[in-house]
Parts: sequence; C-alpha cells; structure tokens
Amino acid sequence: MSLAKTESVADIKARNKELIEEVLTVYPEKTAKRRAKHLNVHEAGKSDCGVKSNIKSIPGVMTIRGCAYAGSKGVVWGPIKDMIHISHGPVGCGQYSWAARRNYYIGMTGVDSFVTMQFTSDFQEKDIVFGGDKKLAKIIDEIEELFPLNRGITVQSECPIGLIGDDIEAVSRNKSKEYGGKTIVPVRCEGFRGVSQSLGHHIANDAVRDWIFDKAEAAAGDKPVFTSTPYDVAIIGDYNIGGDAWSSRILLEEMGLRVIAQWSGDGTLAELEATPRAKLNVLHCYRSMNYISRHMEEKYGVPWCEYNFFGPTKIAESLRKIASFFDDTIKEGAERVIAKYQPLVDAVIAKYRPRLEGRTVMLFVGGLRPRHVIGAYEDLGMEVVGTGYEFGHNDDYQRTAQHYVKDGTLIYDDVTGYEFEKFVERIQPDLVGSGIKEKYVFQKMGVPFRQMHSWDYSGPYHGYDGFAIFARDMDMAINSPIWKKTGAPWKTAPAPGLLAAE
Amino acid sequence: MTQNAEKVIDHFELFRGENYQQMLAEKRQQFENPHDAKRVQEICDWTRSEDYKEKNFAREALTINPAKACQPLGAVFAAVGFEGTIPFVHGSQGCVAYYRSHLSRHFKEPTSCVSSSMTEDAAVFGGLNNMIDGLANTYAMYKPKMIAVSTTCMAEVIGDDLNAFIKTAKEKGSVPNEFDVPFAHTPAFVGSHVTGYDNAMKGILEHFWDGRAGLEPKTERQPTDRINIIGGFDGYTVGNTRELRRILDLMGIGYTILGDASSVFDTPTDGTFRMYDGGTPLKEVADAVHSKATVSMQEFCTEKTLAFIGAHGQAVQAFNHPIGVGATDEVLMALSRLSGRDIPDELALERGRLVDAIADSAAHIHGKKFALYGDPDLTLGLTAFLLELGAEPVHILSTNGGHHWEQKVRALLDGSPFGSEGKVYAGRDLWHMRSLLFTEPVDFLIGNTYGKFLERDSGTPLIRIGFPIFDRHHHHRYPVWGYQGGLNVLVKILDKIFDTMDANTNQPSINDYSYDIIR
Repeated sequence: MSLAKTESVADIKARNKELIEEVLTVYPEKTAKRRAKHLNVHEAGKSDCGVKSNIKSIPGVMTIRGCAYAGSKGVVWGPIKDMIHISHGPVGCGQYSWAARRNYYIGMTGVDSFVTMQFTSDFQEKDIVFGGDKKLAKIIDEIEELFPLNRGITVQSECPIGLIGDDIEAVSRNKSKEYGGKTIVPVRCEGFRGVSQSLGHHIANDAVRDWIFDKAEAAAGDKPVFTSTPYDVAIIGDYNIGGDAWSSRILLEEMGLRVIAQWSGDGTLAELEATPRAKLNVLHCYRSMNYISRHMEEKYGVPWCEYNFFGPTKIAESLRKIASFFDDTIKEGAERVIAKYQPLVDAVIAKYRPRLEGRTVMLFVGGLRPRHVIGAYEDLGMEVVGTGYEFGHNDDYQRTAQHYVKDGTLIYDDVTGYEFEKFVERIQPDLVGSGIKEKYVFQKMGVPFRQMHSWDYSGPYHGYDGFAIFARDMDMAINSPIWKKTGAPWKTAPAPGLLAAE
Repeated sequence: MTQNAEKVIDHFELFRGENYQQMLAEKRQQFENPHDAKRVQEICDWTRSEDYKEKNFAREALTINPAKACQPLGAVFAAVGFEGTIPFVHGSQGCVAYYRSHLSRHFKEPTSCVSSSMTEDAAVFGGLNNMIDGLANTYAMYKPKMIAVSTTCMAEVIGDDLNAFIKTAKEKGSVPNEFDVPFAHTPAFVGSHVTGYDNAMKGILEHFWDGRAGLEPKTERQPTDRINIIGGFDGYTVGNTRELRRILDLMGIGYTILGDASSVFDTPTDGTFRMYDGGTPLKEVADAVHSKATVSMQEFCTEKTLAFIGAHGQAVQAFNHPIGVGATDEVLMALSRLSGRDIPDELALERGRLVDAIADSAAHIHGKKFALYGDPDLTLGLTAFLLELGAEPVHILSTNGGHHWEQKVRALLDGSPFGSEGKVYAGRDLWHMRSLLFTEPVDFLIGNTYGKFLERDSGTPLIRIGFPIFDRHHHHRYPVWGYQGGLNVLVKILDKIFDTMDANTNQPSINDYSYDIIR
C-alpha cells in the first residue's frame, strides 16, 4: 500500500516538500505563512526537525490541541488517587474529562480513592457575578464531611476563575489552616492560559513545588517516613494508562531498584512528598514533568534521567542507562532483566514482525509519544514516515531529530485537521496513530488506526509485557480483514461483461 | 500470569498475576501511606448508610458525578445537523477538543468543529481578531455552506458580542457578506447541553427567518401544509431520525427535519471521509418558516425555539422523548391532527406488534423497581414507558431537570398505580443516586455509561439508555422512538432482566433449579 517502499529518500523528500507546498495553498496568505513554519521534511544530521513549536494555534483551523486545564487536571493531577481534584468552574470541563484517560489505580473509589469521579463546583451565573470563593470554601467543607479519608484537595481552575478575580489561593490557605494543615492545592490552570496543554503541565508542576514540597518540608516529622536505601528511584511522567507504570515498575524492581513513588499514575500524596528522597528520578514523559525533575535536581540534588520503555531495543538501552547511575549489583540486575525477557521478545518479534515488516506509520500525538514509540515500531520492522507533536517544544523536536526520526520524515507541528487528512491521503501509510478525534476520519478513508493516547482501550504498552500487547494491537489494526472490504466489489472490480467486450 | 506471545495477556489478566499482585501490595504498604483496611471498610459501609444519605443530600455547593454537560456541546450537536455546516466555537480551544472527543466517543464517528483559539491576550483585549481570522481560515479550509457560531464560558465572561464581531469579520472580508453565519451565545454557567441545543437551534432559525442578519427583509410567512420536526439533543439521533422519517413518509406528510445529524453521525467506511453529510438543506431551513406547525420531540431542548416559532404564527407541539405505545400514539395522533393526514393501517399493525411483545413479556417486568436518570425529556419518556409496562419507577433523577420537569414527572407518577412509590429528584447528581440505591434499593438502574460506577458499587444491574454511551457500541443506530423504537427499548430492558436472572441462578446444586431453559 505504501509508496515509501518503492521510492528513494530523495524522491520521498521531494514528494513531502511538494505536499507541504500543496496543503499551504488552501490557507489565506497570512495563515499559510504561519503554518509553513510548522511543517518540514527532516534532514538527517540536523539538530532539530526545523519546525517552530509551542506557538499559539491559529483560530479556525481545527487544531487537535487542548488546554491548560487538560494538562493539569487531565494529565498531571487527575491520576493522584487519594486526593480529590475539584474542577472549579462550569460543569463541562470536568464532565468531558471524567474517567476518560484510563489512569489505572487500585483503591476503593469514593472512599479512599477518587480518580474516576467528577467533583465540580458547577458554576452558575451568580457564581460568575458574585465570585466563587465562598462556594469553594463550602465545597471543601462538604468534601471533608463526605470523604473523610481523602489525603488532600486540589482546585483545578477553569477559564472563568482567572477572569472574575477569584482568590483561590486565599481560600486554600484558610481552609488548610482550618483543617489542621491539610494539603489543599490551588492550581491556576485556566484553559485560556498558554497555547496548549503544555502550560498546564508546567503550572501543575509548579503547584507541586509550591504547595506540596515546600509544605512537606515545613511539616516534616508529621508523616510516617520510610528508611531510605541506596536504590530508591521515582518514576516520573508515567500516567499508568492501561497499567503502563505497573509494567514499568516491575522491571525496575526486578533489576534491584526500589520505586518509592509514581508520578502520577496510581500515585498518592505520600509518594509525591517522598520523592525528593529518591536517589534518581527516572523520567518517561519529559514534556509534562521535566519541570519538577529539574527543580528536584536543583533544590534536593536528585539527578534525573530520561528513559523509554516502548519496545525491546529502547527498553534495554534505558535499563542500562538507568543502571549506570548505580553500582554493579544494579548493572547486573539490568542485564539479568534483559536476559530474562529476551525469550518473550524473540517470540513476539518472531510472531509479529513477519506480519508487519515494511509497513509504514504516521503519528500525531502528545507528550513523548511522537518520538518514543518509533523504536517499538522499528523493532517490528515498521517505519515511521511522518510524525508531529500536539504541544511539543523545541527540545522535543531536538530529541526527535537526534535520536529517532529518519531522513526525509514528514514533520508537522500542531497539525490542522485539513493538513493531516491531506498528508495521509497522499502518503497512504499502513497505519495512523493519533487520538479519538482523528480515529474515525482515517478509518473512513480505509486507513487502519490505533489511538495512541488511550492505547485504544488496550494496554499497557510500556515494558516487555506491554510490548507484546503493542505488537498484537498493531497487527490487529493493520491486518484486520475488514480493510479488504471498504470498496463495494461491483464498484471496484471491472464488470466481466466489459472485459469481454474489450 | 506471565506474558505470552502466542496468547497475549491483556491488562484484564496481566495485573492479576502473582508478580504484579505482590508488587502492588508492597507499593501500597510501603509508600502509599494507606488508611487502615478496617477504617476503609468502616467508611465504605458508612457511605451506604441512611446517615450518609442525609449528609449527602444536605450538600449545597459541591456537585459529584453530575449527569449533564455544558451548553456549547448541545450547540455543536445542533449545528452539525445542517447541510454543510461546521460549528465554530468562540473561546478557548480546549473546549472544542472536549466536545469533539465526547461526541466521537459516543457515536464512534468523526466530529468536525473548530475553535477561535482565544488565549490570554484575547482575555484582555477581547476575541474580535480571533473571530476575524478564525472565520476566514475555516471558510477557506473546510469550504462549509454555513458556519454556526457559539461560545465557551471564557468568551461569555469577558462579554464578547457575537453579532458585532461577525458583522465586523464580514466587513473585513473573512467570509462573503452573503455567507450564512448564524450564532448563539451559549454560556456554560447557565443550563446544560440541552439549553445550548435550544439556543443554537433558535439562533439558526432566527438567522434564516428574520432576514439573514440584515441581508434580506424578514420573511413574510405564507403558511403551507408542511410540518417541521425538531429532534432535540439525542444520543439516538441516527436511529430515531430515520425512524421518524419512515413514519412521516408512511403518513404522507410533507416535512422538514430541522437539525438532522443522522447522516453525519453515521457515515460509511468506503475510502472517503465525509466532513459533511446529509443535514437539513439550508433552503429548507429558510422555507420552514412557512410550515403549518413545528413538532419538537423534546420539550426541554426547545423551550426558546418553540416560543420563537410560535411567535412566527406556527402551531407548536412538544413531546418528551416519547417512548412506548401511549407516547407514540400521541405523537402519531398529533401529526395526524396537524397535517390532516390519516394514520395508515401499517402503523396500526406496528402498534399491535409492540402491544403483542409487551403482553408476551409483561410478567417479567411487572412490579420490578427501577431507578433512572438522564436528561429531562428522556427521563420523562422512560418513566411513561415503565409505567406502561407495569414496572415501578422509584427514583427518577435529572441533574439538568428543574421544577417544571419535576412537576411533569410527578403528574405521570400520580396518573398510575405503578407510580405510587416514585420519587423525583431535580438538580441532583449521581452521588445522590448512589445513596438512594443503598438506602432504598431497586431491581434495575437505567442510565448512561457513567451508571456503571453505580452498578459496581451497589450491584444494581445497569440498563444503558441515554447519552453518552461510551462502553457499548452502536446502540445509537437503533431507534427508541416509534413503535419499533419501543420494541428496541423493551428488548434492552428484557435482556438485562433475563441476564440478571440467569446470573443469579447458575450455581450448580445451590440455586440452579431456577436456571430455566424457557423464560
């Protein structure tokens, strides 16, 4: 199906450049000029992908991006299971993000865990007119009465909060005092701030710094503390989608490390508070949690290292990289883990690679995935021919260029609905990996698709256990027999009568 | 349980393996600062108590697990029901990502919608430039026949004036002057998605009937025999609209469906992505002012719209998501009365078949107690149907239902001996419902996908009817309106009753004497 297989790199580059020129013609002049900076064909050896990023989306183009609230409540804070996260403002934001991200956790929901619940202040007109601070204070009282086992509360601001001048910090401070120093975190993640989810991640990270770390230090001694070991690490930037953090944690523990915290999938307040005591922070989603990792390095001297647990090549590389921060027992542990899973890896590749070899993929995702999953596809003999970030920054594109993409790969930052459709239509990849808003567009076009935010309700995809599922899922998508049936036979095949007449 | 290439183990089984179970137990004990298990159980039990229910119902500020969404979602749903129309939501862009995801997760279809992507500078200076650029870009890229504008709460709080903005954008050449850009202010902090549907529908009709934003004189109404139909915000719009069309065709009525999303939310997979498909032709929308009458299938989705239409001289009539024999009878008789057309025997035959089906199965439903929640119209429609089946609706809850809704449900209950135990909860949420399911248990629960949390906690079997349904596929393709739709709902309810019966009688040598082969 793919054209890429039969073309040289020079041909591909020329085609991709032409394609970019072509899509730009649809735009009004000003927009074309702005969008041109976000589209490029990767040149091997360059230090980044040659696109502008983390810039405001253009009105009316159908960006795929979300907002700061989505980045804070939806991504960073929402998965912390023993805290109650109030969607503060009108009902919608909390409703649309309610339990939709598959942040798996263990706990008694509604009793000691609250991830898949929607707590909202459900703002009415009077709250907009008179302010919502009193309502917020009352909400906190009601939470304390009805959910006595909650370990803390966060206030996730929706758009109106910042516009009507509410002082959620004062309410949080007062209520914290009233409830004996309870952790109550105001988060200024109003949806209009910044250009995408990304600023929401940053704001959420800063809130952890200001309202968890600084407070925990002040209150040190109150909480039960574990005895540190030389092998304590924290998993940062894994949201446990479909259990990703679990299938990662098990590998770290098997190599002899002790995971003292998960940020934030299946995470708890106690884990957040304990993290500055880690010997190393291992960072999966750099985009959403590099800020707090840097902070912990500066303030507490905790080093951090990025890793990639998609696909055996990157997993082995990452295990060794993580081990390099520790002594020989851990280094041996890493080798032991790699060896232990080699038979599984071999079996998965033996089964699925022949079915997927040479197939092409186009990605458009958020966070780390536009680059991180490339290795896993390559382990299966597949080729990523186009990729882009929903809300990446230049440092993401640098990492992508330097470690992941091939010469000639089509790069599209903050792609618009129109561009993505045209790119896929022309390049005809064997698989598109993107989100729910894109899924059905491409399936209608007859192109197999996997959601790469929610793992299409499957997963985990991290770690060796996850790789088997990943491989099975990609095979299932591409080789589903239904894709042979998208054309009505009487329309696609020439009628026998006509053949005879020729 | 270890991973296996030959038989890949999914998350369902994987984490039940001993290795993972031990890992998770250790995580909890060492790092999570867990509450004592006894204490957790104690609180868990308390959340199921009468005492907790009282405290829960005393809540004044906090909403937990509401069964409603915000206005612009309804506006987007209304807009995609018109020919070649793209919804344009003025405000923050994250909202649009949410509406698109929400609708796509329910319909398993693409949802095309754009945002004016307002950010901090727009919060300070207003979003006029976003409107000017946004309309120009949307028009150039997606070549719509109409752009229907609504607002997020951000634009509403800062007070952006859509009418003036659109006028200015046209002056600046964003779209041709004669291009249709109806609009509606849809603040998220007023009403719910059904209000947004109403505002958007009214905005579109107002645009076409009252002079297309000053382009034409206000239309002089010249009454015809046609009937307009408005479906309202409806998760079953695909099946329902088609069923309505079939019925109207059978009756030989000339009609216009105002807002027909049945095609755009059910496009084929045949190699082509259709951003637009079907929808009410814009010419028909304009002509609909001349119709004799407008029938709304959902009163609470069309309160302002019907008042507007009535003021233009049409007869208007509203139903409440009519389900079942009696409700369908009323719709057909109203259509007959308004159009002067007879109800054909074919429909009488269908009616008889539904009555037949209910008679065949009534014994299994009779006296069963139900809790149900959802949008105001849907809960009214379902309550009436349950009463008709001889079931007992006990808890009827609508987060976006108000006093008027409460009175209407009350009247239904009071009109039937099966309604004597029924209680009505307006403005309450699913955490209230959770208390009710423990303190005053019922046999079955009817609601949307979020009801599965209630099913898990209380053990009350959930019958999925409503919006959104994310975790079951394709039910939106089947009607719940008309006699045929009533049959579909009947079967949905029966299937759950029988499945529950079987699940409760399948322990060998304990209770499987009742595991009957014939029911």
